[in-house]
Amino acid sequence: MRAPAQSNDARPLSLSALARGRGFGRTLDRVFGWTTAVSGSLVLVILAFMVLTTTNTALPVFTSEGISFVTGTEWLPSRGVYGILPFIYGTLVTSTIAVVIAVPISVGVSLYLTELAPSWMKGPIAYAVDLLAAVPSVVYGLWGVFVLLPLFLQPAAEALSSVFGFLPIFKGPATGLSYFGAGVVLAIMIIPIISALAREVFKAVPADDRLAAYALGATRWEMIREAVIPRSRPGLVGATMLGLGRALGETIAVALLVGSSTKISASIVQPGYSMAAIIANQFQEADEQGIRALVGIGVVLFAITILINMAARLFVWRLVAER
Amino acid sequence: MTEPVFSVNHLNVSYGGNLALKDVCLDIHPREITAIIGPSGCGKSTFIRCLNRMNDLVPGAQVEGQVMYHGEDIYGADIDPVTVRRRIGMVFQRPNPFPKSIYDNVAFGPRINGFKGDLDELVERSLRRAALWDEVKNKMRKSALALSGGQQQRLCIARAIAVEPDVILMDEPASALDPIATVRIEDLMQELKQEYSIVIVTHNMQQAARVSDKTAFLYTEVDEESMSRWGILVEYGPTGGIFTKPLDKRTEDYVSGRFG
Repeated sequence: MRAPAQSNDARPLSLSALARGRGFGRTLDRVFGWTTAVSGSLVLVILAFMVLTTTNTALPVFTSEGISFVTGTEWLPSRGVYGILPFIYGTLVTSTIAVVIAVPISVGVSLYLTELAPSWMKGPIAYAVDLLAAVPSVVYGLWGVFVLLPLFLQPAAEALSSVFGFLPIFKGPATGLSYFGAGVVLAIMIIPIISALAREVFKAVPADDRLAAYALGATRWEMIREAVIPRSRPGLVGATMLGLGRALGETIAVALLVGSSTKISASIVQPGYSMAAIIANQFQEADEQGIRALVGIGVVLFAITILINMAARLFVWRLVAER
Repeated sequence: MTEPVFSVNHLNVSYGGNLALKDVCLDIHPREITAIIGPSGCGKSTFIRCLNRMNDLVPGAQVEGQVMYHGEDIYGADIDPVTVRRRIGMVFQRPNPFPKSIYDNVAFGPRINGFKGDLDELVERSLRRAALWDEVKNKMRKSALALSGGQQQRLCIARAIAVEPDVILMDEPASALDPIATVRIEDLMQELKQEYSIVIVTHNMQQAARVSDKTAFLYTEVDEESMSRWGILVEYGPTGGIFTKPLDKRTEDYVSGRFG
């Protein structure tokens, strides 16, 4: 026997009728879509606007100096000579020192917090590390000059120079107000950033990986070395890059500690300058051409940051692709 | 009667003060497959994790009683859990190869254990024993994560074998695999039991009946007053007996599919 045909009113609502019933929700959905799209594009607009206006301001200096703007080693605003290589060099050197010091410490802090620390200690330490990120950089700078310089930077610079002085990069006369001094304070400033990210990266390692390593007779150290670290490598590179980005652009703390010498020095325990620091220090007394040159430094700094970020991205892609 | 590999005496396990397993006593014999069956939450995994001290890694876990391994209490004061795990391998429910090459996965254990010998030969031998060699011999440097689930699980078995353990613990090794991959793992277990003692946790009764020599049935006991529950060992014996002539009513109900 066949089932009787269904009557009309028992049919489900048609699709168009369903859509009509939800008009308000659909309007909201569209408004929401537009709002987020505008916010998203706003970032691009602001960025493009900044790049265009700064490049435009600096253009006269770019054209008059040519390539020697970035390759020149002489910075003599009074004579209209603008070579910024010493500052590019200083930015790269201080940031490198910062990363070299900060990455191992941050990895250590994060491993301790995720793998080793008893649970009652995890909260307070993680909180303290995060708090370090909230300290204004001028405070780091002043603390660096008045506390860390006599207490650690000066003696450490002298010690480095007296032990390794035969190497050009540690050649004396050593001073704490130097690439080294700025790099150490920068390291302290970027540790919270790197370690906060590294902590998340380590936490994301699957519990299965840890168990597998333990079940094969790994000690805790072997488990971390063989299971946690390899999984975390791309994430750690990303964390390092974020810290490096902060170090490249940091201004006040570096301005206070780098020693303010416009000459390039191969020795990291001698004074130098960084790009952001010279902008901050000389902006007030610069003439019109000088201001254009300082804005030009900003443009170059921006370009360097982008280049480094792109290189990092490529590197992470390669790491992930290798799996 | 051979010497047992494991002799478990009055084993109690609790997590943060809550009893999970109560007064388990059983002997596990060499070159046999011992299946642990029972409904969810009866403490099967808890039990198997006591046999290689994996429970040490769970915060708040407490183990009482004796787990004698060749006459030595693995929970003894002078026993290092790392050494225990080097003798007693483990395979987990979800295949968990490291994000490394196939070769490096198998070589992991020997390397951390300071293996001094022909590593290539050991890796090949382990993969052969795990019935995976023919499928991977041309892509040893490729990532293990590119293998299928069943291949990954056999790789995990090869990885466990490479440490040259004497017991292999398997915690529901086929529950994440398709039927064909499951059959391959079961066949492999029959091969492996020529050389190893195997303890397998499974909630698949047919699997226990197919592969094991002895079966232990664990069941959840409930305290009506406090509503707390824990696992107990109800019955343990040759697999044929457990499935055809169970002595306990609860075993009979479980294996006949009346609950669980």
